[in-house]
Amino acid sequence: MTTELPTDITSAAIHMDKPSSSWLPPGLALQKVDERIMTLNVGPQHPGSGHMRLIVQIDGDYIVACDPDPGYVHRGEEKMAEYRNYITNVPHLERPVIHDSCNVLYPYVLGVEELLGIEVPERAQYVRVIAAELNRCIYIMYWLAIYGIFLGHSTMFMWPAGDRELLIDLMEKMTGARVTHAHFIPGGVRNDLPPNFEGVCLRQVNYFEKRIKEYAAVFYDNPILISRTQDTGVLSRQDAIRLGTTGSVLRASGVDFDLRKKEPYDVYDELDIHTNVMTAGDAYARSKIPWLDMMESCKIIRQALQKMPKSGSVRVKLKPNPKGKGLDTVYKRVESGRGSLGYYIVSNGKPEPYRLKMSVPSFRNLIALPYLLKGEKLGNMPSVYWSLNYWPVEADR
Amino acid sequence: MSSDSEKPTDAKPEEKPAATKPVVKKPEETPVELPAFEKGISDKIVEKFGDKVEVAFVKEDRVGINVSKENVHDVAEFIRDGLNYDHVESVSGVDYPLEQEIAVVYHIGSYSDPSLARQILVLSTRAQREENPIPGHDATKLPTLRDIFYSVEFHEREVFEMSGVYFEGHPDNRRLLLPEDWADLPPLRKDFAIKGR
Amino acid sequence: MLKDLVTPENANVFVGKLGDTLEKAIGKPLGYAINWGRIWSLWPVHIETACCSVEFGAASSPRYDVERFGIIEAFGSLRQCDLIVVQGTITRKMAPRLRLVYDQMPEPKYVIAMGACAITGGLYFDSYNVLPGIDGVIPVDVYVPGCPPRPETLIQGCILLQEKIKRMKARMFV
Repeated sequence: MTTELPTDITSAAIHMDKPSSSWLPPGLALQKVDERIMTLNVGPQHPGSGHMRLIVQIDGDYIVACDPDPGYVHRGEEKMAEYRNYITNVPHLERPVIHDSCNVLYPYVLGVEELLGIEVPERAQYVRVIAAELNRCIYIMYWLAIYGIFLGHSTMFMWPAGDRELLIDLMEKMTGARVTHAHFIPGGVRNDLPPNFEGVCLRQVNYFEKRIKEYAAVFYDNPILISRTQDTGVLSRQDAIRLGTTGSVLRASGVDFDLRKKEPYDVYDELDIHTNVMTAGDAYARSKIPWLDMMESCKIIRQALQKMPKSGSVRVKLKPNPKGKGLDTVYKRVESGRGSLGYYIVSNGKPEPYRLKMSVPSFRNLIALPYLLKGEKLGNMPSVYWSLNYWPVEADR
Repeated sequence: MSSDSEKPTDAKPEEKPAATKPVVKKPEETPVELPAFEKGISDKIVEKFGDKVEVAFVKEDRVGINVSKENVHDVAEFIRDGLNYDHVESVSGVDYPLEQEIAVVYHIGSYSDPSLARQILVLSTRAQREENPIPGHDATKLPTLRDIFYSVEFHEREVFEMSGVYFEGHPDNRRLLLPEDWADLPPLRKDFAIKGR
Repeated sequence: MLKDLVTPENANVFVGKLGDTLEKAIGKPLGYAINWGRIWSLWPVHIETACCSVEFGAASSPRYDVERFGIIEAFGSLRQCDLIVVQGTITRKMAPRLRLVYDQMPEPKYVIAMGACAITGGLYFDSYNVLPGIDGVIPVDVYVPGCPPRPETLIQGCILLQEKIKRMKARMFV
């Protein structure tokens, strides 16, 4: 694969003569194609696609062009957020990624706190860090389980899907809900930790870490997996930067970028964080980085449990209907399970945001998909697709 | 397609005198100490473009630049080549019905320059807003930045369908997220009302 | 004796009567057997529509293991499936595809609406792109409330569906 980025990667994909005039769906537009080329619709009902459609053009066994067609779960979160005030937006904005719901709320909460000028108690910041790291592990475990299915590796579905329940139990203890916690609110977190949480959490996390280390033997050192993922879908460092990818995709291509370290929020600057970087840039590296991240998360949780103030308030009482101070904008971002996730909030002094934009990592990584799949074998499509750490519901918002 | 993308650069010399917005620095009345590094970035842009850009805000890690649509292509090119920013994190369309304008806001970051890792440059430009929009066939148009920042490709497609801003020179202005039979206003315009509100 | 009863004139009538008698005698147990077979091998379609698919995935994980109730993990072809679990929000873009999937499945087929979004639109009741429930698209057998429903709730919904199938009249000779 060349490092030179083609000027127009979708040129072989479907094009309309007049942009915007006729709204034909991408697959239905009339097009001139080679006789050898076959167009294949993968999804939305397909074990290898998830909630989206990939329009793939194949020549024999090789993919000539791929045109992603997201939007099957576009629910208009951004529009609806304009009609809800800052507090009622909280349960609403975590729905795009319910298994990473703390991280997807994190930048929103940070942004609203900056708009309202709130200082968060230190204990609340530590509770947030613990919850966010637990959620990151829960997300990655689900991602790994589905990656197992995509590669036809049933054990790798069963193990992570079972082990993530341990952490879900912890979160349930902490917040009262299995996946949709709505735990982070502007001004802190909703509840204090339950009694004896620290001990239970430490025990579970230690066991969890021991458990995920076993995945190496069955999955990451598995020669079949290595032969299927190594050197497939290679994204060079230069292209990863130019395409604006983020998270594990970026770090697998050799760019050392983790917002927890580069732009620390809350108490991340007091914790010792190691960023996992691999240089291969192939599907194997992209699938291994999240696994390494989970071990890092376990270390962060242990540090946070140790450094956390043992008592204190966990939330600042807000006025019933908090308002921003006049015309103001804020852009906050955090490192979620998939990469940097940002919220752009425009406030005009009303209790509702004037405009709220989610800059989601899945949507940013999607642009790499047509580029990576070009020239790949069709059989490698699921492994490349899911290695992008892509969650369609989040990308569509 | 390539000829389209050159349009803004062609149009630039004759538009130069038109775009004379006064430089409004916002250290405000209160002598708030602006963060030095961020001030340096905004100063570099002002030094290069003078009157054509307007510094909206200089906050910690965030620099806001307002620029007219004639100059957005040049400013973006300078941001990439002169300031080492290399990717766009998000592109958002913000509708201002009172001012008859739609703002398009680019959040630009950098991976390759470690000193800019914390920084986000907020480049904001405005397009004319139409009362009865026909997306793609009215005056709500902006030059695309896709030839400068490749990563805006899907973001600009999204802004086109959500706010109705057509990006001239973008090779692929198809619909992305909305259903194929969408025949209503672009949903993120303020005059598009949702159920029961 | 049979020879005396059956004459060439009344042979047809006799066979018809015999069939009726047979169906009366074994129709009920046969129907029961067919339904019994159906309820323990419900094959869901692999179609995810929104975020409830996370909890659907958790339901087939080792802890909840919906397979012990005869709901097999979502794999394989649409043409072999007889159950759709609508996992959450149906958007306007997805609705025609959902109907297409439903129409392609062989009879008999059952639908479980999982989550508040699939029932009424849920949290997205005022969204411009979300259907207020899927009743307008496909007929629903069992509603499973929750946002998202816990895996236990989904399993209970599946058991309810099995109860329902057990009481249905089996269509034997379709």
